[in-house]
Amino acid sequence: MGRAKLPRKSTTIDMTAMCDVAFLLLSFFILTTKFKPSEAIAVTTPSSVASKVAPNKDFVLVTIDKDGKVFLTIDDKQKREVVANSLNNTKNLGIDVAAFKSANFIGAPFSGLSSFLSLTEENRKGNLLPGIPCKDSTNNELIVWMQAVNEAYAGAKLDLLLKGDNLAKYPSFKGVLTAFKKNNIQKFQMVTNPENAPVGSELYKKAMSGEKQEN
Amino acid sequence: MAELDTSGGGHKKGPGVKKGKKLSTRVDLTPMVDLGFLLITFFIFTTTMSQPTAMKLLLPDDKVKPEEQNKAKESGALTILMGADNHIYYYEGQLKNDASNFLSASYNGENSIRDVILKKKAYVRSIAQDPNDPEHDLVVVIKPGQNCTYKNVIDILDEMSINVVKKFALVDVFDIEQQLIDKSDATATPSSN
Repeated sequence: MGRAKLPRKSTTIDMTAMCDVAFLLLSFFILTTKFKPSEAIAVTTPSSVASKVAPNKDFVLVTIDKDGKVFLTIDDKQKREVVANSLNNTKNLGIDVAAFKSANFIGAPFSGLSSFLSLTEENRKGNLLPGIPCKDSTNNELIVWMQAVNEAYAGAKLDLLLKGDNLAKYPSFKGVLTAFKKNNIQKFQMVTNPENAPVGSELYKKAMSGEKQEN
Repeated sequence: MAELDTSGGGHKKGPGVKKGKKLSTRVDLTPMVDLGFLLITFFIFTTTMSQPTAMKLLLPDDKVKPEEQNKAKESGALTILMGADNHIYYYEGQLKNDASNFLSASYNGENSIRDVILKKKAYVRSIAQDPNDPEHDLVVVIKPGQNCTYKNVIDILDEMSINVVKKFALVDVFDIEQQLIDKSDATATPSSN
């Protein structure tokens, strides 16, 4: 009596399908990914329930880092030129317009602006720079900057963003607010991380009933 | 696993038939799959799915004459003060001379500022005269102290939208209030947010 012989099955699996899936996913992630630009100023933003996406082009950004130092970023290079020229005219600063145009952000008082602009981009790190003075109400240079920005954006829509670090102290925030108010800028947006409304709160109930959030 | 067959078809020649060497076209795809998933993991970790959002804030015009400024009813006013180390204080109506209504709260957990706001809201509703707009008199005054952080300010502004408070104001702290905050900060235990 011979025992029934089980046919020996091969353990080899066809990997082609799996490979297809892997590379499909891979191409999806490559195409959707957007690398975080290495930020010269390290800022951890607080979170809020605001659901509007922050504009990512043609903005004017005021950054407050964790030590309360203030930096100004003008996204539009044409506007940078206008700002530099108008400051050269009114304050007689002698800014190198070409260097100013290529600088991604401004983080120095007027007195140190020329040495700031002579630095290379890699050496412009937020933690090493003095920032724009604005904490002191008698020497708030951000007022002058915002005035120049306001003039450059006269007639156009100004997307003003404020990005503050969790640990920044209130006095520098207040200095920035003063600079905005002095230039009659009453409307601005604060960059935050998205967060869901706490369960059970009024906003949550509103969202559940399908009402649209205002801000 | 699929692998490259190198053994070939063998050289079994039939009688009078010359067979060409047959190489298998199967390639081992395992390393390729490995590489694929490695890259996927890399891109998953580096990708930023959530875009930063923006919170709108409208500042009042400072140049209004004092007599033109909005007056808040004492019964509907709630003042929130922020101190160092995530301390938070509040008082309803006007601050009493002996500071007996200067109370402390927390950002979350027990005795949270949200409960305080909701309680105030319910109170304003209960005494409202206009049934069409029962929350007309509710005004939250936010006074960030000298030592509070940007996060604290955003948290409270966020609290306004969470609790749907329509009227709120960001106001500078008075000296007397700053002193009270400092005094309370010194005695209170540091709390986490």
